[in-house]
Amino acid sequence: MTGFPISSSLWASRLRGLAATLFTLAITLVGLLFVTFIISRVVPIDPVLAIVGARATDAQIETARVALGLEQPLWQQFLIYVGNALQGDLGTSIRTGEPVITAVGRAFPATMELATLATVIGVIAGVPAGVLAATRPGSLADHIVRLVGLMGYSIPVFWLGLIGLLLFYGVLGWVGGPGRLDTAYDMMFQFEVTPVTGMILVDTLLAGRFDMFANALSHIVLPAGLLGYVSMAYISRMTRSFMMNELGQEYITTARVKGMPEWRVIWVHAMRNVLVPLITVIALSYANLLEGAVLTETIFAWPGLGSYITDALMVNDMPAVLGGTIVVGVAFVTLNLVSDLLYRLVDPRAR
Amino acid sequence: MTFDPILRRAGLAAAAALMLTAAPSALLAATPADTLVIADAIDDIVSLDPQEAFEFSALDVVNNTYDGLVELDPAQPTGPQPGLAESWEVSEDGLTFTFKMKDGITFSSGNPVTAEDAALSLQRAVKIDKSPAFILNQFGWTADNVEQMVTFDGDKVILKTDKPYAPTFLYNCLTSGVASILDMKTVMEHDVNGDMGNAWLNTNSAGTGAYVLKSFKPNEGYILEARAGHWRGDARLKTVFMRHVPEAATQRLMLEKGDIDIARELSPVDIEAIGSNPALKVEQDVGGQIFYLAFNQKNENYKNETFLNAMRWAIDYNGLAETVLKGNMVTHQAFLPKGYLGALEDLPYSLDVEKAKALLAESGVTDPKVVIDVRNASDRMEMAQSIQNTFGQVGIAVELNIGDGSEQLKRYRARQHDATLQSWGPDYPDPQTNASTFAWNRNNSDEGKVGTLAWRNAYDPGPLNDLTEAAVMERDGDKRAAMYAELQQTHRETSPFIAMFQIAHNSAMGTNVEGFHTGGAIDSAAYWLVTK
Repeated sequence: MTGFPISSSLWASRLRGLAATLFTLAITLVGLLFVTFIISRVVPIDPVLAIVGARATDAQIETARVALGLEQPLWQQFLIYVGNALQGDLGTSIRTGEPVITAVGRAFPATMELATLATVIGVIAGVPAGVLAATRPGSLADHIVRLVGLMGYSIPVFWLGLIGLLLFYGVLGWVGGPGRLDTAYDMMFQFEVTPVTGMILVDTLLAGRFDMFANALSHIVLPAGLLGYVSMAYISRMTRSFMMNELGQEYITTARVKGMPEWRVIWVHAMRNVLVPLITVIALSYANLLEGAVLTETIFAWPGLGSYITDALMVNDMPAVLGGTIVVGVAFVTLNLVSDLLYRLVDPRAR
Repeated sequence: MTFDPILRRAGLAAAAALMLTAAPSALLAATPADTLVIADAIDDIVSLDPQEAFEFSALDVVNNTYDGLVELDPAQPTGPQPGLAESWEVSEDGLTFTFKMKDGITFSSGNPVTAEDAALSLQRAVKIDKSPAFILNQFGWTADNVEQMVTFDGDKVILKTDKPYAPTFLYNCLTSGVASILDMKTVMEHDVNGDMGNAWLNTNSAGTGAYVLKSFKPNEGYILEARAGHWRGDARLKTVFMRHVPEAATQRLMLEKGDIDIARELSPVDIEAIGSNPALKVEQDVGGQIFYLAFNQKNENYKNETFLNAMRWAIDYNGLAETVLKGNMVTHQAFLPKGYLGALEDLPYSLDVEKAKALLAESGVTDPKVVIDVRNASDRMEMAQSIQNTFGQVGIAVELNIGDGSEQLKRYRARQHDATLQSWGPDYPDPQTNASTFAWNRNNSDEGKVGTLAWRNAYDPGPLNDLTEAAVMERDGDKRAAMYAELQQTHRETSPFIAMFQIAHNSAMGTNVEGFHTGGAIDSAAYWLVTK
């Protein structure tokens, strides 16, 4: 019985924490929806005309307007939309008549697969490169890391993508071409593998189809490497600056004076402190990729979220745009939560 | 430094993992021998229900999975041929058409094709009332009366029309996708909330075509599989795999690598590069879209026929077709696209600055200024800039109003433009589709809201109204073609329209690929004759 009050207050505080988190999440999402919704309605483009096309009569236009609920007041349209969204109904795409949730459910795993691999590549390459540059400022290694980073920042990604395809796929033949699988494997995948996650790398492994997995990997390597390079450019730059900052601190000097091996000073002592801001950087970079990299997706014929949202925008298919935006919003919020949790793990002060 | 080995090890491991997995699979990259792999931009697909499909990519699928009572020959799509009907006749009064069904044809399900299927299919198209339904509504068929207008008796389908239209008008309309004959037993088994199988048909097919739809994923692609016992003879290749590849440069690379057999959406630059590759070939064909300039006759200047004529001689048709539009468009100077019944293919106009100047002086229009609405697409802007330049040489000042397509359409529909650079694609394979919009406007008042292109430009076609109405009723096919020739001739000399170009399509493929037909301006792609 003695422990009861303590555990009760612990539970209460946890519940409060959970409620606060959920509240923040809800506010963020509603805010996001509101802004997107308003933008979609104030742009000087008539969504009805965009759908019914050049030939429609005035009567057809009016029918379409009513069918889309566009004759109702704006706030009412918004409330209806949010109400439906809460029940998991993101509406129906105006263009294809397909439920938005189905289309997004297909596009998001493709993007997630690509973004995750790209982030892994970005972290594996970017963190050590940043550390290398920070520990030898002004050296050749530092200059190379900064130059490579600068290139990742400044060279247009569609150019890199096309040149990458030309070189590694066209000339050298090291990687698979555009798309997620070779044609033969694509057909096998569609008819022989039950989709579980929608991520081909995961689904083929779950099905034990290693040949298909290898083929999928050969297709994803180049776009993921490309996006990984861009995210590496960002991560290495930030790591360098965080690390240089830490290496100037007194506790580092103390550690060195105590005769601690240099690798331990850098990778254990300094790194623990670098990790805190670095997690935010990585999470942001990952979240950016989850939005979908439109140009990369277009060049690599990758059926991801970025091209889905962009295509929908082009034809003013607002339910599709809003649906895609919500998914991106949820991804952002979730990643924020995860990085919050990770803070607490690496930084005792945040516990 | 001490951490170098770690870094090196991690890097090597990562590189080795990538190389090992990538290398063997790259060897498998070639299209399977019994599969036709095509890359195209297919994000225009809205639905694969043949009676809703109304976009180029969707109609390609419909053409290979369904047939109509009458069909076009894919190799030479000039006039209607027997499809699922073996013969047909028109009654004396021209109001009743009787089609006798062929015997022994089956749907992909194995169900026999009956006259009942045909009648119910045509009724369904009118009842579900999707975008292309108006093609059939033209014959007086409405949801209320279609069960009386479209009936069957034994092996005959009987179609009644509200007026004695030109028989070729009906036959041409029956070749379009909306008049596809469906396996109604199978379709109605998949009726959900009275949609008559509309949702189910988006990912399944129930027709008599050479192929069956196996899978469709929007923005990814579709797979068609050949069926045994197709009435034209089985398809040569077992599978068709369409990959949605929006980027032209990517399509070209895949073609050069042999990962696809046909690329359908290439830029002129890619086409030129492919032309010099001995392993590849390019086949050019025209599509149905016409690019034209139109002038709003609310501006009195544009009622002056001599002034309009001056502008016709002030456009560098050939210069544009040979440079910026090369491979994408061909010069075409009549409102019916090449391939249509009665289409005029001669090119009377060319750039002649002196002649245009003389005509301008003769017209009496002083200090002319034209404001042209142009959609913000690169080919249109290049066209508009060239026109601005050559009009300028003649002494006609041009201001370009560049903007979003749907906004400009709104202005056009409201008759608010001065002049506009537009394109028009025909809706069905009969000349009436363009004649009825370019050359017909019975009420030229703002309240009239006729909506045709003639109305939008406040153009009263006068005697051409009668000619358009007469042509769609003319029962003699040759006479009808002659009427459309006359209609186009007068139209291009007197109307405020200047037809300039017809769109061209380039398909690049391996030299081993034979028998691919895009269908030109009036039909869709046929896959079943392709060999490789």
